[in-house]
Amino acid sequence: MILEDQLESILQKFIVETFLYGDQSAAPRKEDSFMEKGIIDSMGVLELVTYLETKMGIPVYDEEIIPSNFDSVEKLTRYIKRKRNGGAHAG
Amino acid sequence: MQVEEFLQSSASRFPQKTALVCQGDRWSYGEVDRLSDRLAGSLKARGLHRGDRVAIFLDNSVEAVVSIFGVLKMGGVFLPASPSTKADKLAYLLNDCRAAGLISDARLSGVASEAAPRAPSLRLVISAGDGRPERPFEGVQALTWEGALDKDTPSAAAPLSKSAIDIDLAAILYTSGSTGFPKGVMMTHLNIATAAASIMQYLENKEDDVVLSALPLSFDYGLYQVLMAFKAGATLVLERSFAYPQTILERLIEEKATGFPIVPTVAAMICRMKEWRSDRFPHLRYITSTAAPLAPAHISRLRSLFPTAKIYSMYGLTECKRVSYLPPEELDVRPASVGRAIPNTEVYIVDEWGARVGPGEVGELVVRGAHVMKGYWEREEETERALKPGPLPGEKVLYTGDLFRMDSDGYLYFVARKDDIIKTRGEKVSPKEVEAVLYRLPEIAEAAVVGVQDEVLGQAVKAVVVLTEGTRLTAQEISRHCARYLEEFMIPKYVEFREGLPKNANGKILKAALALRPGRSAE
Repeated sequence: MILEDQLESILQKFIVETFLYGDQSAAPRKEDSFMEKGIIDSMGVLELVTYLETKMGIPVYDEEIIPSNFDSVEKLTRYIKRKRNGGAHAG
Repeated sequence: MQVEEFLQSSASRFPQKTALVCQGDRWSYGEVDRLSDRLAGSLKARGLHRGDRVAIFLDNSVEAVVSIFGVLKMGGVFLPASPSTKADKLAYLLNDCRAAGLISDARLSGVASEAAPRAPSLRLVISAGDGRPERPFEGVQALTWEGALDKDTPSAAAPLSKSAIDIDLAAILYTSGSTGFPKGVMMTHLNIATAAASIMQYLENKEDDVVLSALPLSFDYGLYQVLMAFKAGATLVLERSFAYPQTILERLIEEKATGFPIVPTVAAMICRMKEWRSDRFPHLRYITSTAAPLAPAHISRLRSLFPTAKIYSMYGLTECKRVSYLPPEELDVRPASVGRAIPNTEVYIVDEWGARVGPGEVGELVVRGAHVMKGYWEREEETERALKPGPLPGEKVLYTGDLFRMDSDGYLYFVARKDDIIKTRGEKVSPKEVEAVLYRLPEIAEAAVVGVQDEVLGQAVKAVVVLTEGTRLTAQEISRHCARYLEEFMIPKYVEFREGLPKNANGKILKAALALRPGRSAE
């Protein structure tokens, strides 16, 4: 089982590599909203979902693709932890 | 009719009615009317005049809507700039039309404050959002949104008297040109009112409509959702983005939306969702889609998800807003068609000498109507190429640059573009604009940008580059460089490295050959 801060840094790395083209200087803090910071657009959320499903083996349901689960590194980490514990859908 | 009258007339008919729902707040027609009156007064009190251009650089928000009408009420011309515009391009837009005003917000203030000092024409900068004004710089007044709407400003107390007439410009809408420099499409009040009336006629828009739009206001399709909803006296539910389709579908239900404008990329996103039942949207009367044809699989999924909604597939270009629509009942009969001319518009196909051709023959599409633009702002040559003599003496009609054929019933079929503009996610991308950014990298010896087919995006942007001998550069470094200057949708999805580019005898790069291979992802 990956620890929480490991998970955060894995997600952080994915965000920087995928949406910021490796630009570390623009890396979001864990509580930064991806939408507010303009890091992720509509296509970006789909890429995140695909990443969770294929690379992390987490099945993502339609109703879970909402800002309270997906809009920051912190929220994503919480969501993934809940999923791994067999948790509820909504955030 | 002038465009600000869309709001004023609805506000006098039903001042209490909800005009706008945005970010959880509801705004009545009376409130939007009053706020835009105050903004107009404030712009005027600070020295802006009839005909002055004001850039609106905002996310979808009440401030953006108020700004549109405030600028118009002052007799000004608004220019909506996409919130994803980078500083260099914003400076270009401000300088190209010599904007006198810029309205921005806290989130975008970094880009705005980098661009603004490079535009000597600017006299006023307004910052919405968290209330901090721009750092003032020489010759420019800086105001907060609250300051701009201050009801104690003497000139803001009463609505201004009218100064503009309907052949004056209402908006300048920038569009990608094949030269690589965006061109400002000049739309008069008459152009916009004509297009809006025509579209509302076939969509049968009424005051009891509730339209939900997540399209950016900088995209004419998104802009017209505001204008048409206000003209009808309907309610507009304005969302910021389609990033969370689930949330958008929930909002459709909550607000009992009757109209839902989308682009094919959004249809593809909605169609990926598996868990929605078809009985959730009994209020939805229509879905519109433009920018590219809907895939047959998406049409059938949309129909099963939204059984009460008519689906309108449409085609247009910024230069005249809209050209054609496919009546919903024709979707199965002529699935490959983009429809027939919208009401009060004539379309025909011409050969290379300008003579009309018969049914089934391919030629350039020509559009005739009062919605055809006034021209490109201060671009005489390009205007002459687009606006050519029509059937009446002195009349100008729009040569679209798109190759089409028409069947014997007047239905249009898109064949190809005459230039190499790429259409991705419903947006136009000029290969030259992307190439110019690539050439800023000293490591790049040659670059060619092409569109390749993509299931979700329509076309995806692909860059083929040749590096200078002895240099190294990764695809990610190239994308990162592009992200500094270009809007998100223009950043190449694919980067391919080659030893050289295929050329003809005259040294012209053979782009068709490059577009065949999708290449590998830039990421």
